Amino acid sequence: MKHFGPKTWLLIAILASFVISLFEDRINAYFFDIIITIGINIILGVGLNLVTGYAGQFSLGHAGFMAVGAYISAAITVFLGEGFAAALGGGSFGGTTLYLAALVAGGLGAGLVGLLVGVPSLRLKGDYLAIVTLGFGEIIRVVIQNTEVIGGPRGFSLPDRTTTFFWTYLSAAVCVYVVVLLVNSTYGRGFCTVADDEIAAEAMGINTTKYKVIAFVVAAFFAGIAGGLYAHFKMYIHPEGFNFLKSVDIVVIVILGGMGNTPGVIAAAVLLTILPEGLRSVARWEALPEWLQQVAANRMILYSLLLIILMLSRPQGLFTRRSRFRKKKP
Amino acid sequence: MKTLLQIENCTVQFGGLKAVSGFDLTIRENELIGLIGPNGAGKTTIFNLITGVYRPTSGEIRFRDRSVVGHPPYKITARGIARTFQNIRLFPSLTVFDNVRAACNLHLRHGISHALWRGPSFDREEREVEKTASELLEIFHLQHLREAPSTGLPYGDQRRLEIVRALATRPKLLLLDEPAAGMNPTEKEELMRLIRFTQEKFGLAVLLVEHDMRVVMGICQRIAVLDHGTKIAEGTPETVRADPKVIEAYLGDTDA
Repeated sequence: MKHFGPKTWLLIAILASFVISLFEDRINAYFFDIIITIGINIILGVGLNLVTGYAGQFSLGHAGFMAVGAYISAAITVFLGEGFAAALGGGSFGGTTLYLAALVAGGLGAGLVGLLVGVPSLRLKGDYLAIVTLGFGEIIRVVIQNTEVIGGPRGFSLPDRTTTFFWTYLSAAVCVYVVVLLVNSTYGRGFCTVADDEIAAEAMGINTTKYKVIAFVVAAFFAGIAGGLYAHFKMYIHPEGFNFLKSVDIVVIVILGGMGNTPGVIAAAVLLTILPEGLRSVARWEALPEWLQQVAANRMILYSLLLIILMLSRPQGLFTRRSRFRKKKP
Repeated sequence: MKTLLQIENCTVQFGGLKAVSGFDLTIRENELIGLIGPNGAGKTTIFNLITGVYRPTSGEIRFRDRSVVGHPPYKITARGIARTFQNIRLFPSLTVFDNVRAACNLHLRHGISHALWRGPSFDREEREVEKTASELLEIFHLQHLREAPSTGLPYGDQRRLEIVRALATRPKLLLLDEPAAGMNPTEKEELMRLIRFTQEKFGLAVLLVEHDMRVVMGICQRIAVLDHGTKIAEGTPETVRADPKVIEAYLGDTDA
């Protein structure tokens, strides 16, 4: 097979998502929901993997960045939508422009918050950083809950579903592209040195704080994009949807995928999104004996058990970190 | 010869403990200096002082006529001081080759956008980095191990890899913290040859902490002796060896 450059791969991925999106309305709504959720989880997981997997910083507040992106983009759509429509015409062009502007603004907003949180807190290490990021995620949630303009505890509704297959997977492809290319360069090797040994990294002239902040901001940016996609897909967002448990879900994707292994994280995002839904359909499967249906009906217990078994059998993740070594051309 | 590093009257205090007190040392360009002393004398503390890990409680450190006190370690490395560690600190998740390439990071001309766009200048720079790293590994006979995980290497190879990695930052002054530890006599012989060779080839000054007297006396032009945080002697290997204070503090009563 011909050796494609990374930019070609990105184009292929974008083209593929475009072609698939042409058949979007033929997909069953339930499956479509799962497919979009997978895309969003890929963005969240791959982004967090840059922070936790490659740069080795344990962050428990990723849902907070997602919330920032979701609420900023939703607010832009709701409050500026009419102005936009008046200026650009209400057609699909105006609608798409507004949607993309909202997404990017959500991403940038989350990235900015990431910078503000990252600069002071990334001096901390390990457990301490985890606690600070956890606290940050909760602060975001509580602030949103008490902001009446964006619905407060009642949640926030959007007028239209503008997130499509194309935009979701375009964002996912860009996210994967950015993380993979960043890490596989002399510049990006700095992220791995920070995770491995900060003292040695500093002694080799690597500004570890800068690398940590960059990883944090890039991940926050993509979490913001993911939040925007989510908001414009579900058409309703609620502060409780971005709580601590959502952050843990994302961390689980990264750990199960294998810290610092992008294909593994993508696989884990797919698996962990499908697994609970798959168990749901098992529970409704008539051909099974009733007791098995009963077992499957307690799907969240089963899901947790499966997670425990997966982690026990492959503590290093679905793919090992080592596989990063192998892809050097001869 | 020009003065490269000047440590003036440096004191490091941890609470009530004076780890180093009133320490002076001058290193000139292309010099090979040994720093010896019994365990706990403060040798590694002095390394950490020079590289910015610790800040002196009082005193001044000047490198190439500019103070480095208070600068973060990565900036000091960028100015031209590189080091190895007593307890080896390689990057375990990276291969031998990537360990060296990571240390070339410092001299990259471009940053994040460059790594994402991957234009021709990116390829050129990556090739330069690869070439530098390959050449260094070649000199230290580690080329055949370049794709191996760094922590799987034998002890002696790991120590040599640390030196390679430090050299990749293009230092003017190289600090070696017990480079011969854990090596057999043949490897030590080879290491001494390599240190002298790299010092000449790259025009380096080297500050060497070492317990093996044969290595220190064999290659150092000047030796400073440290005991309980103070310098008790300094001079050529012959004078230091004959100094009664050194014999008492470091070598004990027995004849060296």
